[in-house]
Amino acid sequence: MATAAEASAAGAFVPVPFRVADRRRETADTWTLALAPVGGGFAVAPGQFVMVWAFGVGEVPISVSGPPERPGECVVLTVRDVGAVTHAICTSEPGAVLGLRGPLGNSWPVEAAEGGDVVVVAGGIGLAPLRPVILHTLARRSQFGAVSVLYGARTPLDLLYTDELSRWSDELAVEVTVDAADTSWAGRVGVVPKLLEQAEFRPEVASAFVCGPEVMIHFTVEALRERGLPDERIFLSLERDMRCGVGLCGHCQLGPTLICRDGPVYTQAQVARFTEVREL
Amino acid sequence: MAQNRSTGVERVDVTAVVEPSALDDLIGVLRRRGFRVLGPTVRDGAIVYDELESAAELPVGWTDRQEAGTYRLERREDDARFGYAVGPHSWKQFLFPARLRLWRARADGGEPMVEEEPLDETPLAFIGVRACELNAIAIQDKVFTGGKFVDRDYAARRRGIFVVAVNCGEPAGTCFCVSMDSGPRVEQGYDLALTEVLDGEHRFLVEAGSAAGEEVLAELSSRPAEVADRAAATAVTDSAAERMGRSMESFGLRELLADNLEHPRWDEVAERCLTCGNCTMVCPTCFCTSVEDTTDLTGQETARTRVWDTCFSLDYSYIHGGSVRTSARSRYRQWLTHKLGTWHDQFDTSGCVGCGRCITWCPVGIDITDEVAALRGEETDDATAA
Amino acid sequence: MQQQLDEILTQVPFFGGMGEAEIALIAGCGRNVHFDAGETIFRQGDPADNFFVVRHGTVAVGNFVPPRGELVIETLEAGDLLGWSWLFPPYRSHFDARALSPVRATQFDGACLRDKCAADPAFGYDLMSRFAQVLIERLQWTRLRLLDIYGDGR
Repeated sequence: MATAAEASAAGAFVPVPFRVADRRRETADTWTLALAPVGGGFAVAPGQFVMVWAFGVGEVPISVSGPPERPGECVVLTVRDVGAVTHAICTSEPGAVLGLRGPLGNSWPVEAAEGGDVVVVAGGIGLAPLRPVILHTLARRSQFGAVSVLYGARTPLDLLYTDELSRWSDELAVEVTVDAADTSWAGRVGVVPKLLEQAEFRPEVASAFVCGPEVMIHFTVEALRERGLPDERIFLSLERDMRCGVGLCGHCQLGPTLICRDGPVYTQAQVARFTEVREL
Repeated sequence: MAQNRSTGVERVDVTAVVEPSALDDLIGVLRRRGFRVLGPTVRDGAIVYDELESAAELPVGWTDRQEAGTYRLERREDDARFGYAVGPHSWKQFLFPARLRLWRARADGGEPMVEEEPLDETPLAFIGVRACELNAIAIQDKVFTGGKFVDRDYAARRRGIFVVAVNCGEPAGTCFCVSMDSGPRVEQGYDLALTEVLDGEHRFLVEAGSAAGEEVLAELSSRPAEVADRAAATAVTDSAAERMGRSMESFGLRELLADNLEHPRWDEVAERCLTCGNCTMVCPTCFCTSVEDTTDLTGQETARTRVWDTCFSLDYSYIHGGSVRTSARSRYRQWLTHKLGTWHDQFDTSGCVGCGRCITWCPVGIDITDEVAALRGEETDDATAA
Repeated sequence: MQQQLDEILTQVPFFGGMGEAEIALIAGCGRNVHFDAGETIFRQGDPADNFFVVRHGTVAVGNFVPPRGELVIETLEAGDLLGWSWLFPPYRSHFDARALSPVRATQFDGACLRDKCAADPAFGYDLMSRFAQVLIERLQWTRLRLLDIYGDGR
């Protein structure tokens, strides 16, 4: 298997074939695919993304939600069907071939967070790019203190990884909430940022990893700051339109930064100035 | 001895004087050496860049009158070959084509086989490159080849170019290269630099900027440059520097723009801006692109083409659910703050070379020198509304 | 019993910072209650002359929306306030409240508290300020959900 550096140079411009090995429906419009490399494959760090190509349709950036741990292992992607390309990806049956360019972007600083507490805050499909962080804390559980996963979705039917959520709660503090539900849901109804009031972590040694709609990120950051977490230890994954994924097409700019090249992971300290400016 | 950036070879100070007829020989020499020669020519009421077969195709005796939203050609009283500034074209169309097929793929029943397009390494010779344009090329070098991922197509086209630069003698009404420290005199990146002298004896001072330039110069009939020739050439560019149509205080632009993202001026310019994107098309440093995936009728063959894009389009910032920048205000702000401000953060250089094209070719005459002055809180010449 | 309630109330964040005398005033209107899992606490339309501070367990606040059935708008946990309709006439509940788990709460008599607020305006102002703060926060979270941020706005 090529190192991330070698692969990034070669596989950055031309899609490399991956075969759909498994396809699982998560919600009405979201599927999780496991893609097996046809050739050598590549390593992916938590938080990195790939440009996913559907033959003849186009390409979109998708965060990797399950990085391959050993050579030849699958790249796992959770994709929401919102347009022509994602529709083609979501309807790809096992055996179909998709093209991947990557891995691209930077990664969640999970190693640096070892020795402290971790708060993972996810909204909607934002849980997908955070799943590698959760898997990392589980794999190296003893290196971390308190680990909380605070996850919100629109309704119970929109929750991702439902079977894993209950398994994760064996070792981590997992709190799930939805915006609205009927009485078949016996869990929480309310917003994600509210969960931070009671979440168990020590602000002086905690790192927060946040991903979701920008509005939710905004309120979550406020709630984290209220708990005393400094902006340097609040990590966000941001999203903008991407066409090339390699810093050459200009589309993913947010003020001075190119999200595909300098991100998608940033600290709140780095981007606070720009995320608050409307339509920047 | 300075480094010549176009070839990386040490520069020798070889200077000569040639007559206007030598330009025809120059084009001939370059074509015989296998170069595709590109240079200025008159077409459709403008001076554009296209393939040249002889010096007769140059804009002999033409000049341009440029103002905000205005471009006209006028006859000169002499036979100057380069008596004008810059037109709507820039050299980026040759180094960074507007449409470029990247690769093709066939769905051979299973795995699609992706076949990259071969790189175009046709040697190109550019005749008439201005200082602002050389700086623009140097800026695009940083964008396309200075980062982690290198654009190999750009690098291949760029590698073999032969540059015949021209020191400006006739700045236009929208020129402000002096403010951006990028002209009117060429400093680097050329193989030959010409200065056209029209003081009674129509001649060109030729300076070689590389070994390749020296070789080509040796094939032209020339005489050694005398002190008077050098003085005359210097006078041409000195005079040009004093006749800039506009100026822009460029110090501290990065901070000025970063600190004024909610300035009321953005609302004001938004009322005029049509978001047509002309400025991005004519700007020699704008580099944004998009990609198009197309298939043939059978659906078995597909190709990806890279195309020029503009940050002024609604589609430019589209993510699921909508575009991040829908208002004209936000799109104009994006363009200007990038060009003059965040370009520094991203590429360690300004994105503007003061060529004035964006001012000339804006249909409503928006003038970025005015916009910057307004952001600085200075008096502006707001007589530019269409 | 009263003294126990006083001590319990000093632990509730909503009453944080209140003086002993004020706590005693409030405790005088309160009593501890408990509900089994699934038990209805109040229904939409019921006379509402109480509010509750949840001390343990989860309460679901919702409405019956035909034809979709009973929908849950919000779940409340330890420390949360339940019930506003006692503040102003007509003193009728607008929502259903049901215990999702065994719930221990302190119930406060609305009429009793309204009388005490009228008799001691300074105390009344302090109590109303605390309610206003909680209401504002609830409204903010409700508005956030109204934005339907996980959807595409379609």
